[in-house]
Amino acid sequence: MRLEPKPAPSLAVTLLFPLAAIATTLVLTSILVLAAGASPLSVFYLVAKGAAGSQFALLETLTRATPLIFTGLAIAVAFRAKLWNIGAEAQLYIGGVVTVVLGTGALPLPSVILIPVIMVAVMAAGALLLLGPAVLKTRFGVDEVVTTLLLNFIVLLFVSMLLEGVLKDPMGLGWPQSQKVVAEAQLPRLIQGKRLHYGFVIALASAVLVWVVMKKTVLGYEMRAVGLNPEGARFVGILVNRALMKTALLSGGLAALAGFSEVSGLKGNLTLDLSPGYGYTGIVVAMLAMLNPLGVIASAIFVAGIFVGADAMSRAAKVPSYIADVMVATSLLTMVVAILLTRFRIRWR
Amino acid sequence: MDALEILFTASFWVAAIRIASPLIFATMGELICERAGVLNLGIEGIMTAGAFAGWFTVYSGGNLWAGLLVAALVGAMFGLLHATLTVPLGLSQHVVGIGVTLLATSLTYYTYRLALPEVTSPPKIEPFQPLPIPGLSSIPVVGEALFTQTPLTYLAFVSVAAVAWILYRTPIGLAVRAAGENPSAVEAQGISVTSIRMGAVVVGSALMAVGGAFLTTSAFNSFFFQMINGRGWICIALVVFGSWRPGKALIGAILFAAFDAYQVRLQQISGGIVPYQVFLMMPYALSILALILVARRATYPKALMIPYQKGER
Repeated sequence: MRLEPKPAPSLAVTLLFPLAAIATTLVLTSILVLAAGASPLSVFYLVAKGAAGSQFALLETLTRATPLIFTGLAIAVAFRAKLWNIGAEAQLYIGGVVTVVLGTGALPLPSVILIPVIMVAVMAAGALLLLGPAVLKTRFGVDEVVTTLLLNFIVLLFVSMLLEGVLKDPMGLGWPQSQKVVAEAQLPRLIQGKRLHYGFVIALASAVLVWVVMKKTVLGYEMRAVGLNPEGARFVGILVNRALMKTALLSGGLAALAGFSEVSGLKGNLTLDLSPGYGYTGIVVAMLAMLNPLGVIASAIFVAGIFVGADAMSRAAKVPSYIADVMVATSLLTMVVAILLTRFRIRWR
Repeated sequence: MDALEILFTASFWVAAIRIASPLIFATMGELICERAGVLNLGIEGIMTAGAFAGWFTVYSGGNLWAGLLVAALVGAMFGLLHATLTVPLGLSQHVVGIGVTLLATSLTYYTYRLALPEVTSPPKIEPFQPLPIPGLSSIPVVGEALFTQTPLTYLAFVSVAAVAWILYRTPIGLAVRAAGENPSAVEAQGISVTSIRMGAVVVGSALMAVGGAFLTTSAFNSFFFQMINGRGWICIALVVFGSWRPGKALIGAILFAAFDAYQVRLQQISGGIVPYQVFLMMPYALSILALILVARRATYPKALMIPYQKGER
């Protein structure tokens, strides 16, 4: 068996393969639904209805998509330069910590100043957290996959320590949770009385900004060159290590914004269940978007829809909501195969 | 008890060897994959699946060894998935590995919820019992630590000897090592790199799953969510720490486990002055530190993470 490169695919083909990947995912997960004794068609219908069947459902999906856009962008940026940042979960939590430290009354500033100040600090913290593994990679040759993965566990324990120590809410009835951020540090709701907040708008703006950086700036060109061919990039005079550092700063900062947006826009305080794995799901979001920053918006909404829809479905049908995690993981694997098939032809000989 | 005295007690070393056992299985599994040139980040999920498969087989009335076999088969299946995508198709080993971990973990949780919809506390099974080796187990400290364990721990040590012997003393081991160093040389011998690499990933993944099953059928007696808790990632660090050699990786696993057992005991005698989270962080921090110390001298298998296409140079 061998792989032969194909001529560049047309736009229609490029879009057809991801759809085929999703269709394959649905067929494969149907087996699991059948194993649960339910009908796949009605279960998928319930998932779709739960994700987008009403105004409430749709707003909930967009709310859930917000942190995924941030972590998806973080991964898309890093993976483009082949910097394997699997630590978005840790960067998200650090973002939450900084939001709570600065947002619970330490800075008596009006909202228009306080929120940008918090956002800059949050991005700086997330950026520094990823800078460590990036320096270890370039200076010592330590694989960043392992270090970023291990940092996820260290940071979660660190957050747990803070929530039982200095950041513990004295009025929290003993629960490990922080105080609520002050009103000036809260992102307003987009629609009065609904959960969707301005974090979603910031996420959309970030996606556009990241797209501009990747497509229109020297930095974006350097990042893509380093990812495609580090030796070649070095040969044309790109400082590869420096480009990797910049990538790490941008990626870590974006992931940390997910934590800021969740605390400041949705939850109000920091708890140990701030993220049900948004950092890891961001990898799937980025891959489904083929690492395109604007595609991240669509794939984050799609993935969020599966989770929100599956929650609603599992209340109605007797199928565990973990079906959503299986669907998302399966779609990651079918998607990478689909991308391969748009570029190569398999020859059996 | 004094913080240093702990190190000379038999019970401490018994615990250390017990903690090391699942890491030994999984580290050997990852080592085989990487020696053949494939990084297997599916390890964390494969261990989760193995832990559940082994436990569930016993819970459904199977015997403990049958549980182990089922775990190994489940691991091999996920290994086959990983190998198919990364070896002949040459897809990114990072992305596929994370995908396999996500898939194996979510499939495990789904199956658990499907099989046991109503339970709140995980049901227990009768796990492997300690099997003291007559004579050897009465040697003070060392004998007690090594020879009063469950049969699975003995099997973990056997697996190290087996992996070392196969890698360095058999033609197939030579082919595996060469596939990770210089795949064209393997192909020149008329051996298929694809088959060698896929075989290594399948066997390695089966070992990882057995490591997971150790936790549910020997160390503890039930399955609960998030029980692997980063052990898979630590095993990847242990492979690097052991410079891809079974013996060194074994020493690394035991050192790591001793440290882990030690931090639990320090936690007890520290009397709550230091937050317990600091102790829990130590094993992860130690793994990163160990990586930094050895990374400069590390001799990676030269073809690690490089897909091989026949006839391509």
